[in-house]
Amino acid sequence: MSNLTNKKIPSGLDPWNTLRAHTDARIGLGRVGDGLPTERLLEFQMAHARARDSVHMAFEPNSVRNQLDGLDHAILDVHSAAPDRPTYLQRPDLGRLLDEDSVAALGKHAGDYDVAFILADGLSARATHDHAANTLKLILDHLGESWSVAPVTLATQSRVGLGDEIGAALGAKLTVMLIGERPGLSSADSLGCYLTWGPRRGRSNADRNCVSNIRPAGLNPEKAAKKIAYLMVESRKMGLSGVALKDNSSNPELIEG
Amino acid sequence: MQTGAPFSFERFTFPDLKTLLAKASPLRSGDLLAGLAASSDEERVAARFALADVPLKRFLSEALVPYEDDDVTRMIIDDHDADAFAPVSSMTVGDFRNWLLGDDATPEALKHLAPGLTPEMVAAVSKLMRNQDLIAVAKKCHVVTAFRNTIGLPGHLSVRLQPNHPTDDPAGVAASILDGLMHGSGDAVIGINPATDSPEAMIELLKLIDEVRERIDIPTQSCVLAHVTTAIDVMARNAPVDLVFQSIAGTQKANESFGITQAMLAEAEDAAKGLKRGTVGNNVMYFETGQGAALSADAHEGIDQQTVEARAYAVARKYSPLLVNTVVGFIGPEYLFDGKQITRAGLEDHFCGKLLGVPMGCDVCYTNHAEADQDDMDNLLTLLGVAGCNFVIGVPGADDIMLNYQSTSFHDAMYLRSVLGLQPAPEFAAWLRKMEILDQHGRTRPQLDGQAAQNLLAWSGAA
Repeated sequence: MSNLTNKKIPSGLDPWNTLRAHTDARIGLGRVGDGLPTERLLEFQMAHARARDSVHMAFEPNSVRNQLDGLDHAILDVHSAAPDRPTYLQRPDLGRLLDEDSVAALGKHAGDYDVAFILADGLSARATHDHAANTLKLILDHLGESWSVAPVTLATQSRVGLGDEIGAALGAKLTVMLIGERPGLSSADSLGCYLTWGPRRGRSNADRNCVSNIRPAGLNPEKAAKKIAYLMVESRKMGLSGVALKDNSSNPELIEG
Repeated sequence: MQTGAPFSFERFTFPDLKTLLAKASPLRSGDLLAGLAASSDEERVAARFALADVPLKRFLSEALVPYEDDDVTRMIIDDHDADAFAPVSSMTVGDFRNWLLGDDATPEALKHLAPGLTPEMVAAVSKLMRNQDLIAVAKKCHVVTAFRNTIGLPGHLSVRLQPNHPTDDPAGVAASILDGLMHGSGDAVIGINPATDSPEAMIELLKLIDEVRERIDIPTQSCVLAHVTTAIDVMARNAPVDLVFQSIAGTQKANESFGITQAMLAEAEDAAKGLKRGTVGNNVMYFETGQGAALSADAHEGIDQQTVEARAYAVARKYSPLLVNTVVGFIGPEYLFDGKQITRAGLEDHFCGKLLGVPMGCDVCYTNHAEADQDDMDNLLTLLGVAGCNFVIGVPGADDIMLNYQSTSFHDAMYLRSVLGLQPAPEFAAWLRKMEILDQHGRTRPQLDGQAAQNLLAWSGAA
C-alpha cells in the first residue's frame, strides 16, 4: 500500500476518504474548484518523478556485483547493442541483441549448463539494484546441488529478449532473467522474472513464464524465489516453458525436488 | 489493382503510394523503428508536395495491402460509396485540404461525404495539415451515437469512467465508480478492464455495475473490456451486456494477432443488438485502437503508423459503434516518443476518425518511459476539447493502478468541461442535477451530505 493511502486529507476536503481503504486507486482526493488540492498534486508529481528516475537511472553492475560477494559463480558484464538510454527506449530491437564485445566475452565461457541467470536493468535499474541480487541468492538457496549454473551475467540496456542471446551463447538449457519492469506510478522498483527453456533468438513471450511485481510491497523476494525455483524444477522436468508450464507453486507439496 | 507511376518532387522520387504516405508523415519514433520515415526534413516536405498532387481517385485504384490478401482492404473497397464520394472525386489531396477548411465543408456536407472517404484518403490529407487544421475540420464533424444517453452532440463532452482494480476486487471497483460518478464522470460508459479475461470474472463485474445503474437509475451503459469471444460467451448465458468491447487494428494480420475476425465482430454486434438494452439508441460496440498496434504485432504490412491506424477506423465504422477510443500514448516511446508526438497523434486520430464518420474519443495518456508528463496531457486534452472530441477517459487521480499508465482524471474532465463550457450527455446531465452533483450553473459541485449522495455511498459500502 502506498503512502498515499495512509495520508489524511488535510482539510476535510473529501469526507469520503474512508473509501480509500478499499483500493490503492487515487480516489477521495478532494477538489479545489475543478482542480486538485495542492498536496494531492505534489504527491502525483513525486510518484511520477520517482518512476522517471527509475527509468533513466544508470545501471551500475558493480553495485549488484558487490551484493553478490561470496557467490560461487563467475560474474560477467554484458551490454546490448543499444549504446545509450535514448536509443534503448526507441529501439527495442537493439536491446534484444548483444554488442560485439559481449558476444566475445560470453564465447569464452560457453559450455553445457542447466541454467543461466541474467540480472538486467530493463526499464528500472532501481529495481535491479534493490532486489535482483537478493532474489537470486534466495533462488539459489532453494535449488540444491543438482544444477550446473552458468556464469551470472549483469546486462546493461537490456530487453527481455537479450536473455535468449545470452543463454544461447553460454550454452544454457534454461535462462532465468531478473529484469526491471516498466515502473508504475506507485511501483518504481518492481522486478520481473522471465524463464525461458531452450533460449535462442526468435523466442516469443508465449515461450516464457513470467513472475511479476517482485518488490517488498508487491510479491516479496522470498515468495518470488520460491515460485521461481518451483517453475525451474518443473521446466527442467518437462523440458519446456511458456503457456504449457503452469504455476502450481501455491501447493507446498510441489515445491521440493 | 495496378500500381501507377511513381511520384516525384524536385530530386525526390517515391515508388508507390505506401512509400509516399510514410515519407510525408510527421516524424515519429514508430516510423523510424519500422524503417519507413523520411530520411531528412526536406524529403518529408517533398513527399508532402508530391502527395498534394495525388488525385483522391488514385486511392481507390492502388491498395496499400493487396485486395486478395487482406480483409480490411476488401472492406474499404467493397463498402466505398461512390455517390457520397462524388463531390470531391475530382480533387487532389491538396485540393481536398483546401476544401475541408473552406466554408463549403459544412457539418452536413461532411456527414454526407463520410461514406465516400477511405481511411487512406483521410490519412493522406491529415499529413498535409497543421494541428490547427486538424482541430478546425474535426470540429465541423458531428458524429452522434446513442444507447441509454446521447453522445457526441456539439457542446457536449462525455467521460468513460474507468474504475480498474488489479484484482477486480468488487469493493475497490465500486469505490472508484462512486468517486467517478460524484465527479460527473461515466456518461460515455462505465468501463472496466478486467484483470482476468474469463466469462465468470466478466459476469461478476457486469452484475456489479448493472446493480448500481438500476438502483439509482443512471442513464449510462456498462462494459467489461474482455475479448469479443468472451462477450459472445456471456451473452449466451444471459449476462447483462450493454456494450461489446474489442481492440481492433488496420490490417487482417494485426486483427488475427488479436484473435478476431470480421465475422466475430458481426456476430457480437448482432447478439448485443438483440438484447435491446438501449433506451434512446442501439449502438452497441466499443472499439479501442492506437498507433503502433499493428507494428508491434509485426503486422503493419509496410504501412506507416498513422495510415494503418486510420484503416482501423474503417473496421470500426462497419459495426456502428457507440464509442471508438484511440489510446494514444499507451504503447510507449518506441512508437510515440514524447509529448509532441503523442499530441500530434491524438489530433490526427481524432480528425481521421471523425472525418470517416466514427464517434471518436481519446485516451489521452502516457507511460513512465515516455518523454511526457501531465502538462503534455493537459495540452492535448484541451486541444481535443476544442476539436469537439466525443469523450475522454476518467481514471481516479489519472493513475490506472491495474494497467500501470497515466491517463486523464475525473478532475481533468471537470476542468475541460468548465473552461470550454461543455456539458455531459443531456440525459446524464439531467441525472447529475437530480443527484445534486451538478449545480444550477452546470458546475460539478456535489452535495456530499445530500440524500442522493448517501444512497450512492450505501451501495458502495455494500459492494
